[in-house]
Amino acid sequence: MSDPIDPTVTHDEEGAPVLTHVEHPEAPVEENPLKKQKRSMVDPAIVRVAVGDSFTKLDPRRMAKNPVMFVVEVGSVLTTLVLVRDVFSSTVTTNDKVFTALVAVWLWFTVLFANFAEAMAEGRGKAQADSLRKARSDTVADVRRPGGVIDQVPSPQLQVGDECVVVAGGLIPGDGEVVEGIASVDESAITGESAPVIRESGGDRSAVTGGTRVLSDEIVVRITAKPGETFLDRMISLVEGANRQKTPNEIALNILLAGLTLIFLLAVVTLQPFAVYSGAEQKVVVLVALLVCLIPTTIGALLSAIGIAGMDRMVQRNVLAMSGRAVEAAGDVSTLLLDKTGTITLGNRQAAAFIPMPGVSEAELADAAQLSSLADETPEGRSVVVLAKERYGLRERELAGAELVAFTAQTRMSGVDLDGRRIRKGAGDALKAWVVEQGGAVPPELDVQTSAIATQGGTPLVVAENGRVLGVIQLKDVVKQGMAERFDQLRAMGIRTVMITGDNPLTAQAIAEEAGVDDFLAEARPEDKMALIKAEQEGGRLVAMTGDGTNDAPALAQADVGVAMNTGTQAAKEAGNMVDLDSNPTKLIEIVEIGKQLLITRGSLTTFSIANDVAKYFAIIPAMFVVVFPQLETLNIMKLSSPNSAILSAVVFNALIIVALIPLALRGVRFKAAGAAAVLRRNLLIYGVGGLIAPFIGIKLIDVVITALGVR
Amino acid sequence: MTAPGWVQLAVLLVSIVVGTRLLGPYLAGVFSEGPGPGGRFFEPIERVVYRLLGVDPRREQRWNVYALSVLAFSLCSVLVVYVVQRLQEWLPLNPSGVSNVPAPLAFNTAVSFTTNTNWQNYSGESTMSHLTQMAALTVQNFASAAVGLAVAVALIRGLVRRKRSTIGSFWVDITRGVVRVLLPMATVAALVFAANGVVQNLSGGTSATTVEGASQWIPGGPMASQEAIKELGTNGGGFVNANSAHPFENPNGFTNLFEIFLLLLIPFALTYAYGRMVKDQRQGWVVFAAMVVLWAATAALAVTMEVHGNPELTARAIDQTVTAESPGGNAEGKEVRFGPAASGLYAASTTGTSTGAVDSMHDSYTPLGGMAPLVNMMLGEVSPGGVGAGLYGMLVFVLTAVFIAGLMVGRTPEYLGKKIQANEIKLVVVYILAVPLVVLGFTGVSMVLSGPLSSLLNTGPHGLTEMTYAFTSAGNNNGSAFAGLTGNTDWFNTTLGLAMLVGRFVLIIPVLAIAGSLVRKQTVPPSAGTFPTGTPLFTVLLVGVVVIVVGLTYFPVLALGPIVEHLSL
Repeated sequence: MSDPIDPTVTHDEEGAPVLTHVEHPEAPVEENPLKKQKRSMVDPAIVRVAVGDSFTKLDPRRMAKNPVMFVVEVGSVLTTLVLVRDVFSSTVTTNDKVFTALVAVWLWFTVLFANFAEAMAEGRGKAQADSLRKARSDTVADVRRPGGVIDQVPSPQLQVGDECVVVAGGLIPGDGEVVEGIASVDESAITGESAPVIRESGGDRSAVTGGTRVLSDEIVVRITAKPGETFLDRMISLVEGANRQKTPNEIALNILLAGLTLIFLLAVVTLQPFAVYSGAEQKVVVLVALLVCLIPTTIGALLSAIGIAGMDRMVQRNVLAMSGRAVEAAGDVSTLLLDKTGTITLGNRQAAAFIPMPGVSEAELADAAQLSSLADETPEGRSVVVLAKERYGLRERELAGAELVAFTAQTRMSGVDLDGRRIRKGAGDALKAWVVEQGGAVPPELDVQTSAIATQGGTPLVVAENGRVLGVIQLKDVVKQGMAERFDQLRAMGIRTVMITGDNPLTAQAIAEEAGVDDFLAEARPEDKMALIKAEQEGGRLVAMTGDGTNDAPALAQADVGVAMNTGTQAAKEAGNMVDLDSNPTKLIEIVEIGKQLLITRGSLTTFSIANDVAKYFAIIPAMFVVVFPQLETLNIMKLSSPNSAILSAVVFNALIIVALIPLALRGVRFKAAGAAAVLRRNLLIYGVGGLIAPFIGIKLIDVVITALGVR
Repeated sequence: MTAPGWVQLAVLLVSIVVGTRLLGPYLAGVFSEGPGPGGRFFEPIERVVYRLLGVDPRREQRWNVYALSVLAFSLCSVLVVYVVQRLQEWLPLNPSGVSNVPAPLAFNTAVSFTTNTNWQNYSGESTMSHLTQMAALTVQNFASAAVGLAVAVALIRGLVRRKRSTIGSFWVDITRGVVRVLLPMATVAALVFAANGVVQNLSGGTSATTVEGASQWIPGGPMASQEAIKELGTNGGGFVNANSAHPFENPNGFTNLFEIFLLLLIPFALTYAYGRMVKDQRQGWVVFAAMVVLWAATAALAVTMEVHGNPELTARAIDQTVTAESPGGNAEGKEVRFGPAASGLYAASTTGTSTGAVDSMHDSYTPLGGMAPLVNMMLGEVSPGGVGAGLYGMLVFVLTAVFIAGLMVGRTPEYLGKKIQANEIKLVVVYILAVPLVVLGFTGVSMVLSGPLSSLLNTGPHGLTEMTYAFTSAGNNNGSAFAGLTGNTDWFNTTLGLAMLVGRFVLIIPVLAIAGSLVRKQTVPPSAGTFPTGTPLFTVLLVGVVVIVVGLTYFPVLALGPIVEHLSL
């Protein structure tokens, strides 16, 4: 038992962190307030390239990777061969030739549409990769050899460990760490963000990326990545999807789709002996048409496009996922570890109230507090000035003849000496000692107030003037706007949020309640974070976290989804499986949503695809056998005009539905933060029931059109 | 349907729910770790069995060892049944002096009883000695049902246990299944049957002269004891050729209803045991509800079509109304003492449970009335299916449903906290593909070969239905015969035997492999983001997946068989 102060101990005997649970009444869930970026679906340049790619992708070696579409391609070839044979046959009627030709054409369209979907998804990434490539322009680096000699080395020949001097205006030749100096760097080539960032040696802001430009000052960069393996290189190959690996769920789904394809192959192949027995032997073209309509071509055609588009959506939000597996894992996450500072609260504490001692007016306290803070450029200091202005209309004043007393680690206070007034503000005990030293007395009220502020999660700053304690400034963590709503949404999705903070349990409790997180871990040390992740994973939960410092690296590696901030250290970026280029830790929530949306899109289109088959049977089976068994016309519930038009309509619908669903596959189905039960009910209704009904309508409409065009 | 008909149905429904609720917890206890219910009484008996088998009951098995045990046990069973049939002429308890069974038929019968199918290409009273009936066939009625129970229980363990490697001991499971479940229940049921007039003796039969002066041979034998386990173990192999249509096996309305109850009892009760074992009773009720829906739908189809009778007769102003005085409806092939409603109910129940006993001739049903039992078997025996087999079959469909729809909630599909991934899906696909492969494959081949075709009684759509029914029955280990097909030929003895083997073991192996894969996994704790599998919505989804997967596979053959026949009326 390490913590004797408070009953909400944060460590048990084994040293594993003990979470403190925070209860929240249920709040109505609202639509995601962060607006999603919108982009035009149809970029003519991408479409042009995609159309071309649709044909090159017909290569059977590539098609074989997608068993469903491969079967369609084989069917198309077979139908085409039948057509070639029939064209020169005198026994085949013109009408049948036209029918065979149309089926063959639409089967090829089915394959091409599938390829087009994939090419469209890839096209957006490729365009992005091209613009990144431009940033990878080679440069000549000034390598500083031992002894201070400068060698000119082309950037592709840099070695890990080389120290390069980069001056203002120069390109950073490769990924590395700043070992000397401080500079502002333009990283827009990678992040798209035009505001420069500060990079300095030591600490957590030392990582620089090759291809970015130094705007001011001079830094020495130690190269940490081999040329060709830099962040930029990895980024290009990721957005391009060059070595895209199938993700675990995608593999499983592919197996199921292959299995369904086999079952339908079996059903169609064995149909022929039954047909022969029934005296209605079927043409190969018709059997192929039936097979293609039954196998899950819709999801088979769109599956890889959905996966690529999911990665692309991450890139749109400036998140680089190192693998599709990581994106999928984001959907499975059930615990989010969020650092308090910067994620849940704004980075700094802010003045929230002036609490005067007895006999002191609040205005007097505010006046002294403002004076003591005018020269204080820290965010806390500025917030005191702001509060004084808001509450008491105190304008900023000229401090002519004032002597500023800077904060030092020894005195732990700062202030100003002006016209004989000696005003100080600082930590409680430091100020108490100062007041006593000045010959003043410390009112008993002070301890009451300071501990009250601490209890509420704030930090007390004591203000004193010439040996008199004036009062206390309450500094508070400010929770970012909208966080409570986001956490409510996450809770509705079944995701637990855990706030990690170095604060004491009391402070942590207050912020946790205000922010609306489910649990918090107070007085957390880096090893506690690691232990917490392991404990969660031991319980079967997937954990996501963000981090930037080197001491976050082990936890980032251990987490199922570890999002490193781009501003973070190289170690953190390598340990995580995602990098947020905007370095916005709140984005973790969006990452989870994108992961879920990816899986939902796959599931919904699979359901839709399978549900479609019912209508296709009702179109094709009567058409196949109505000649021998006229009574089967009863099953032609769509009243399709002729057997040929019925079969062709089903084939055409099957092809067109792929095109119709490409935008949905690329965009992802609409995602609303809600519990699984509600999401299931909604999607089952739209894609399950909708999938049953839609093809009845679609096939009927196509039949009307092609009958009007003269197919019979 | 008449008022007594409705009362019978109500009594049956209530008995099933009550039986499920009472037997379920007992079954769960029997297959849990520890001594279990009645341990003090049963354990000494079981210890003797373990000593004879030479197994250590505390030693659990990994899935592959469990599967090998199932296979080894079943192989021995096939051999024993085969050898007994081939030698029965010279063995004791052969009062009617039947000769040895020919090899192809002996193979077919041995496979049939070992796989819980009980397809019979023979007439029991004139082919099998009492020894064969009791020591070979009835023993398998117990053993094959216990194998089904064991496999189901092993799958449940796979779902429940976390990060383990073993799924129980096959030898313990099968022993407990026989000793604690099947033997006591069958004993009680046999006494009920005997008390209600089912024959039970060791006589070789009686020769009698009828009133008309013709001579008749009236069979005798241990029927009540076989009847009990035949229904309870969802076996279905009749002592006599006419099966439960024969008054010696099924003398009256009560025994008829009692048989239906018995054959439904364990499959339904297992769902409650399942809920108990996974510690979430709703999961059990969801499976129960899905089974009830499928069973009730097919039963309603069979009963309605049979009660309404033949529309051609109605068109000729012939009264087919079911009344207390006249059985009415489609009376052909039905026993007057049961009538069309009870017969339809029996037909749906016996095919929904992989039993295959019949109290009427399904071949004589109206086209759609006869399609009901056919569809029930095509569902893969999950409505509610065979003892154990029904539950594991339905759970495979549950995994399929969870996988297809589970992605729709935005998580890797999971069932009871276990992630359903590529490995499980691969095995599910093998399971789902195996039976259609043999059913459609063998039917397709048989429909174009002149030899097998000559075995058919009918031509046209009805002939196709007869052939499809035979392979569907064998492939799904049901064993009911549509009649109208001469099955005792080398072709059918062999192909039906193979279909039965595939339908049993090519399903059991993937099921155990799934159990072995799941048992190693960690359980994801449930949250609001978890795909809900304990809700009415999931029941609907589950039924939908079963119907669509099966419907899509078999719709063409159904359309060319019973549906086109119905539309021709």
